Amino acid sequence: MAVNDIALQKKAIKLVERKKLFNRYKSQKSLFFMIIPCMIITFIFSYWPLTGWIMAFQNFRPNKGYFKSTFVGFDQFKFLFQDRIFWQDFRNTLVMSVLNLVFGFVFAIGFALLLNEIRSLNFKRITQTASYLPHFLSWVIVCSLISNILSTYDGTLNNLLMWLGVIEKPILWLGEPNYFWWIVAFSNVWKEVGWNSIIYIAAMSAIDPQLYESCEIDGGNRYHKIWHITLPGIRPTIIVLLIMNIGWIMNAGFEIQYLLGRGLVMDVSETIDIFVLKYGITLGNYSLATASGMLKSVISIVLIAITNYISGRMDEESVF
Amino acid sequence: MTQIALKKNKIKLEPIIFYSINTTIMMLVMIVMIYPFWNTIAVSFNNSQDTLRGGITFWPRDFSLFNYETVFKNQLLVIASINSVLRTVISTVLGVFTSAMVGYVLSRPEFVWRKFVTRFFLLTMYVSAGLIPQYFLIRNLHMIGNFSVYILPGLISAFNIIVIRAYMQTLPSSLVEAAQIDGAGHFRIFMQIMLPVCKPVLATIALWCAVGAWNSWFDTFIYCFGKDNLTTLQYEMMKLISASMSSGTNKSADAVYGNMIVTDSVTPVSIRAAVTIVASVPILVVYPFLQKYFVNGVMIGAVKG
Repeated sequence: MAVNDIALQKKAIKLVERKKLFNRYKSQKSLFFMIIPCMIITFIFSYWPLTGWIMAFQNFRPNKGYFKSTFVGFDQFKFLFQDRIFWQDFRNTLVMSVLNLVFGFVFAIGFALLLNEIRSLNFKRITQTASYLPHFLSWVIVCSLISNILSTYDGTLNNLLMWLGVIEKPILWLGEPNYFWWIVAFSNVWKEVGWNSIIYIAAMSAIDPQLYESCEIDGGNRYHKIWHITLPGIRPTIIVLLIMNIGWIMNAGFEIQYLLGRGLVMDVSETIDIFVLKYGITLGNYSLATASGMLKSVISIVLIAITNYISGRMDEESVF
Repeated sequence: MTQIALKKNKIKLEPIIFYSINTTIMMLVMIVMIYPFWNTIAVSFNNSQDTLRGGITFWPRDFSLFNYETVFKNQLLVIASINSVLRTVISTVLGVFTSAMVGYVLSRPEFVWRKFVTRFFLLTMYVSAGLIPQYFLIRNLHMIGNFSVYILPGLISAFNIIVIRAYMQTLPSSLVEAAQIDGAGHFRIFMQIMLPVCKPVLATIALWCAVGAWNSWFDTFIYCFGKDNLTTLQYEMMKLISASMSSGTNKSADAVYGNMIVTDSVTPVSIRAAVTIVASVPILVVYPFLQKYFVNGVMIGAVKG
């Protein structure tokens, strides 16, 4: 009898809870109405394409579709790993990414430090506004500006260097493979340094002014303050951003390499994204292109997962 | 005595040296940031034959509006401008509205699916299928050569949602509760209370959406290839650069613009300068006024993202 009672009670509780849950859903009907259409759109455009990864394991022909194309297992990947061009593009991607990362950080932090020392608020604001300008220009326009500046015919850089007497005749900057990576790195610095410094300047303004005062009392000068207070003050920000950016290391950018990497510099300019575009859209080898794109995504996801895990743990540590 | 005087002198001297060096560096930074663009403005207003002589720096030497006249008389570039404006306006309005709506739902602590749905959107920031699967999806949806390809695929951005949600979570909860007691439904609370209150963050998101839509050319290149009525300004700009990159700067503009009224007095360099200005001024005019908003937006994004 007693056992039966308990079972009955449990059933009643379950029923009440189900009713409660049902009522919660009912009261939140409008929330569901608001979010479900957005979820459907996101599902279609972000998740559904993942089914296309099946192409990487097929010899995909568009007229046959996913179902009738022949499966080839990992053959596409095998071909990829033996392809010299793929490894070359892989290398280019990594090198340009690392250069962008290092230069991006050093210049953004340096700029933030110098800007932080400016006293006049107006001058500071004007400089900052000017430094954001390139961020809002598209890569297409930035590439056009770069090609003008680096042009052998009346290009500003060549003019300047010739005026200073550093060089005798104009250098074909964009035609020389040795320069390409540096051009990409400095273009990235130019475009994003102001934007990337926003976060550091914000972190600096959050540093307790009393720290600076006590440093002054201890006889510290400007450089002591920068080295012992400002830099340690923004260190958590730097570390978290650095770790997060390592997760994006497979993305070296696409537009500048695609738009400026012509002719002679092709061997050093092509990234994996361009490889995908060339094989997939131009040559119609969809399976190989999907395979390389998939490889890139998977590496990225793994890296991001690792870096997120690390930065998550560090965040916890910094709280204590 | 002399020592004290020296010390005083030192204290006064160091900041002066430092500030003058620092100010000089900042001035140089400013010049480096602005000059390429400034120079392009000067070239675009200069007579194009005169530009070929070289040496245009800060000001046009032989002022002329002819480059712009040529641009605005060109059918293709006019269509491109209209398409760019249309896609920017539509994707900004829809993008801000949907991100705000999702952000609102996810900021409601009582929402039953909150955790799952938050992850559902967050994951899209990290997972990308790649170009080819995306291309086939668009093809299977018959969106190739369709204006909707400019709006729908990038409509909902997880990053924007997170920024908006973070902003909404900082608002006092009494704001929503009071409205709920008055009997307002969620949609009404969202429309009449949340949207007006969140103006600062929405301005940031609107700027980001607009910049993204205005500056993109790759979707035109991939999905609307050869469709002249769907071309965009950035894509036309891309064609101009490609032409000049693959054959040096002296290639005639009519290889790209067969239908352009190319006269001897318009050169590719000048056309490119004029299109550059047309394709970037709309955003450059707006962003300084939104500066204080987007600085906050960047911080929220960096902290939460």
